[in-house]
Amino acid sequence: MDKIPILRMGAFLLVSIQVDLYDRLALNLEADLVQMVNKTSAKGVLIDISAVSIVDSFMGRIIGNIASMSKILDAQTVVVGMQPAVAITLIELGLPLKGVHTALDMEKGMRLLRSMIDDPEEDADEDQTIDDSITE
Amino acid sequence: MSQKTYQLLQNKKKNILELWMKNQLTDEGLREDLISNDELRNQSEELIEALVGNLSGNNFTNLESDEWSPVIEILGGIAITRARQGFSPRETGNFVFLLKEAILEVLQQELEDPKALFAESQKINRLMDNLSVVTFETFIKGREEVILRQTDEITEISTPVIRVWEGILALPIIGTLDSARTQVVMENLLQEIVETGSSIAILDISGVPAVDSLVAQHLIKTVSATRLMGAECIISGIRPEIAQTVVHLGIDLSNIITKATLASALAYSFKIMRLEVKKIGTVSK
Repeated sequence: MDKIPILRMGAFLLVSIQVDLYDRLALNLEADLVQMVNKTSAKGVLIDISAVSIVDSFMGRIIGNIASMSKILDAQTVVVGMQPAVAITLIELGLPLKGVHTALDMEKGMRLLRSMIDDPEEDADEDQTIDDSITE
Repeated sequence: MSQKTYQLLQNKKKNILELWMKNQLTDEGLREDLISNDELRNQSEELIEALVGNLSGNNFTNLESDEWSPVIEILGGIAITRARQGFSPRETGNFVFLLKEAILEVLQQELEDPKALFAESQKINRLMDNLSVVTFETFIKGREEVILRQTDEITEISTPVIRVWEGILALPIIGTLDSARTQVVMENLLQEIVETGSSIAILDISGVPAVDSLVAQHLIKTVSATRLMGAECIISGIRPEIAQTVVHLGIDLSNIITKATLASALAYSFKIMRLEVKKIGTVSK
C-alpha cells in the first residue's frame, strides 16, 4: 500500500504528493495529516502538488477538508505548485478552494507560512497569497 | 449517352476547349489579375479531358460513384484554389456554366436529329448542373476553411501576456470574451505565471466592449484559477458603463481586486511587492 510521507520541519509539516492520488490514498493522507498535526502541534502545513496532473472533485474536496481541519487545530495550510490544468479543472468543477492559501512554489509557500505564523492576526481570514519581501 | 455522341465529343474535344476558352476570355467576370490565361487554359484542358473521357458510361446522376471521382477531384481542386485566391461565387460558377454552353453548342452543330439532340442535351444539362453544385459546395467549403483559419489566428494573437515587471504580468483583453476565448486567455496566463514565477497578474479589460453576466462569470473564473496557482489577480480598466451594468446585473465582484486603470493596478502591485517608484533629482550638468 502506498503511503505519502509527511515530513516535519520545525513548526511546519511538509507533504509532497509525487503520485496521482486515488481516493483511498487521499483519505489516508487526510487521516495521517490530522494525526500528525495533532501530535507535533504544528503551526503550518505545506502541501506540494506540483507533480499532480489529474484531480477530480473528490480530490479538491479532500484538499479543502485538510485545510479546514488544520485550521481548527490551529495550523495554516498552504497548497503550492498547482499546475495550470489542475487549477482550470478545479475552477470548472466549481471548487475555488476558499480558505486554502496558495503559493506558486515551495519557497514562496514557506515565506507565506512564516509571515502568517509571525502575525497571524493580519492574515488570518484574508486569502493572502502574496508576500514578497523584494525591496529595491 | 450513345456511343456516337461520345465519339463525337471525343473528336470535338479541341473545339469545345476553344469555344469554352473563347467564352471565358470574353466573359466580363474574367479575372486576369488572379489567374493567367495560360493557367486558365491548363485547368480547362485538364477538366475537359477528364470529363469527356467519362461520358462513355450511362451514369449521369450519381456523381458519388467511383467513376466520377477523378472529375470531381479536378473540379474540387479548382474550386478550392479559386476560393483561396478570392474569386467571387459568380466567377467560379460561370467557369462550369460556360463549359456547359460550349458542349451544348458543339452538340447543336453536329447532331441533326432534333430528338437525339434534345435527349443528349438534357443528359449534359443534368450532368453539368450536378457538377456546378459540387463546385459550389467545394467553393464554400474552401471559404469556410479560410474563415476558420482566420478565427484561429485572431484568437492566437489577441491574447498576449506581457511581462511588465519582474513578477508582474499584464494581459490586455481586446474584444468580446466568450467561453472559447476565456479558455485560451486562462491557459496562456496560467502557463505564463508558471514559466515566469510571477505573483501578480493584471487583467486589463478596457478593450472589452460589454460585460454581461457570462463575461463576468468568465472573469471570475480566471481570477479564481490564478488564485489557486498562488498568484494574485487584479482586474483593471473597468469603464463607468461597465461598472453600472455589473452592479445592475447583481454580479458580486467584491472579493476581486479591481482598479480603474492599468497604471493604478501597477501602482498597487508595486505596493504589494514593496517596491517604490521615485523621481530622482534633476540631472546636474
